Amino acid sequence: MSIEIDHLSFSYRGSKTKVLDDITLSLPRGSFTGLVGPSGCGKTTLARCLNGLIPHFYPGEMTGNVIINEWNTIDYAAYELAQKVGLVFQNPENQLVAPNVEREIAFGPENLGVPRQEIRRRVEELIRNIRLEEIRDKAPFELSGGEQQRVAIAATLALQPEILVLDEPTSNLDPLSAFELLQLLHRLNREKLLTIILIEHRLELVAPLAQELVVLDEGRVIAKGPTREVLMEEKVAEVGVAIPKVVQLAKKLNRPHLIQACPLSVESAVKAILEELKR
Amino acid sequence: MILFDDVWFSYTPNHPVLREISIEISPGEVVALMGENGAGKTTLVKHINGLLKPSRGTVFIDGVDTRSTSTAALARKVGFVFQNADHQLFADTIEGEVAFALRNLGFPSDEVQERVSQYLERFDLARYKEQSPFLLSGGERKRLALASVLCVEPTILILDEPTQAQDAKQKLKLAQLVDSFRRSDSIILLVTHDVEFAVQVVDRLLLLSKGCLLADGAPRQVLGNPDLLRRARLLPPQLTQLAHKLADKVPTFPRDIIALEEAVTATSKLLAKR
Ligand SMILES: Nc1ncnc2c1ncn2[C@@H]1O[C@H](COP(=O)(O)OP(=O)(O)OP(=O)(O)O)[C@@H](O)[C@H]1O
Ligand SMILES: Nc1ncnc2c1ncn2[C@@H]1O[C@H](COP(=O)(O)OP(=O)(O)O)[C@@H](O)[C@H]1O
Ligand SMILES: [Mg+2]
Ligand SMILES: [Mg+2]
Repeated sequence: MSIEIDHLSFSYRGSKTKVLDDITLSLPRGSFTGLVGPSGCGKTTLARCLNGLIPHFYPGEMTGNVIINEWNTIDYAAYELAQKVGLVFQNPENQLVAPNVEREIAFGPENLGVPRQEIRRRVEELIRNIRLEEIRDKAPFELSGGEQQRVAIAATLALQPEILVLDEPTSNLDPLSAFELLQLLHRLNREKLLTIILIEHRLELVAPLAQELVVLDEGRVIAKGPTREVLMEEKVAEVGVAIPKVVQLAKKLNRPHLIQACPLSVESAVKAILEELKR
Repeated sequence: MILFDDVWFSYTPNHPVLREISIEISPGEVVALMGENGAGKTTLVKHINGLLKPSRGTVFIDGVDTRSTSTAALARKVGFVFQNADHQLFADTIEGEVAFALRNLGFPSDEVQERVSQYLERFDLARYKEQSPFLLSGGERKRLALASVLCVEPTILILDEPTQAQDAKQKLKLAQLVDSFRRSDSIILLVTHDVEFAVQVVDRLLLLSKGCLLADGAPRQVLGNPDLLRRARLLPPQLTQLAHKLADKVPTFPRDIIALEEAVTATSKLLAKR
């Protein structure tokens, strides 16, 4: 499923500021895109436009179009869009509605009328994959911040959307859980051709996996393209995007081959440095 | 001074979330508390402002047992920024949010004004001052929660996940701000999953796992122990991982690397040799 964003601008009601300012993007089916930029630049607002929360729930002025596989989001209700586009909220607590973890994961598919057998299968698979065994009977308020976040992710995946938008899904996760989540997303992207848009400040997690980066600043797209190229652009670091340390190292060492290799992960940095050593 | 003396805590009977916790934190210290999701970090720090009381054992704040004092009295001493800023923000305006604690503690009105503008400026929120806190972005809300607690300059400061939703610039500013709060008579305790931020700002690291204290020491020493890190589901900083992998191939390469400058120096030296 593809996403076409065409000259999209938006301001929230009561404010003149264009929180999104003339955004045009095309994200093909099966793509994995990192959406990054400083705090307050409009990332969450753009995410809300992708699943129809804007314009259907947030009042404001929207111009331009968002087309999800030929559906213009203006013409479809939010619940219809929700079946195509799953959104993991920035604040997981706002997403949790059921009395316990198991019910939370089952809630979405139940509402869509998925057969019971299939719901059980999805719930068990997600409890295993996202390590929720120990908390499966707990209520949302009995969960730690990171546990809430993992449950919100599982509940969204249970809907099996074709497009998955995750708004800072690792902000409460311990480093290993964050890494494991990214591995899971990578697998879903490759095996199921799930289209992924990941909003994230931890670039060291995103860089090795995202094919493309889109950088927002003050509501505008200031850079987009293959991850490697975008990370090398000076202005991207200038607006506050945390360039991965291995990329910074390659830049600082200032050797043409290392810069050209632009290692995005620890493994590729080690490889590039060892090759430079042999050169 | 913060003192945990053999503290146990359970939310539900027979499921201890904290076990046998004994910690002493003295004035002048800047400490990080780290550990896996569900380890008990938030539960532990909620004992410092009296939101939770131990099931067994005692917590003393400046010599006073938290059981024998009120949360209101503790609030004068202990500034607490919640993991989820929404649990903290309530005022109609951003200005009002920051002014609230200052007024409550009886600061004169010109001092209130002064600090409100100073702290909104520091956290890049001044342009929103008459707006509602609930219209802010996630990262902005976290910074507002920080501003509204830091502005009273409490002697004990507890920050639960302060770098959440912050970009590189905001993190750097926060690190500098924490540094400027370092005083011989105050304590800063931060709960964080951000290893790089922690090594940058703290001089002591507590590692909690499954409710037990796993380690207590200098950040480099704790982060240099792969076994401990695995148990607490932490990963070393990216450049430490790089150093270890390089040292496996080139034994002379130093393993104890965290900061960018250290990695640049060591790698330049390595490449110059050939
Ligand atoms: N109100 C509650 N009632 C029952 N159990 C709870 C409650 N709050 C937390 N817990 C449980 O206690 C354990 C510790 O939770 P805590 O919030 O202290 O973890 P944490 O270390 O802060 O984790 P995180 O990194 O995810 O924020 C978890 O297993 C959690 O499920
Ligand atoms: N519901 C809302 N009403 C009015 N303004 C909002 C609302 N949500 C966010 N904003 C403002 O829009 C801007 C972008 O916010 P957001 O998209 O949440 O940023 P990001 O996710 O990149 O941090 C911010 O200045 C924020 O204050
Ligand atoms: Mg956001
Ligand atoms: Mg917590």
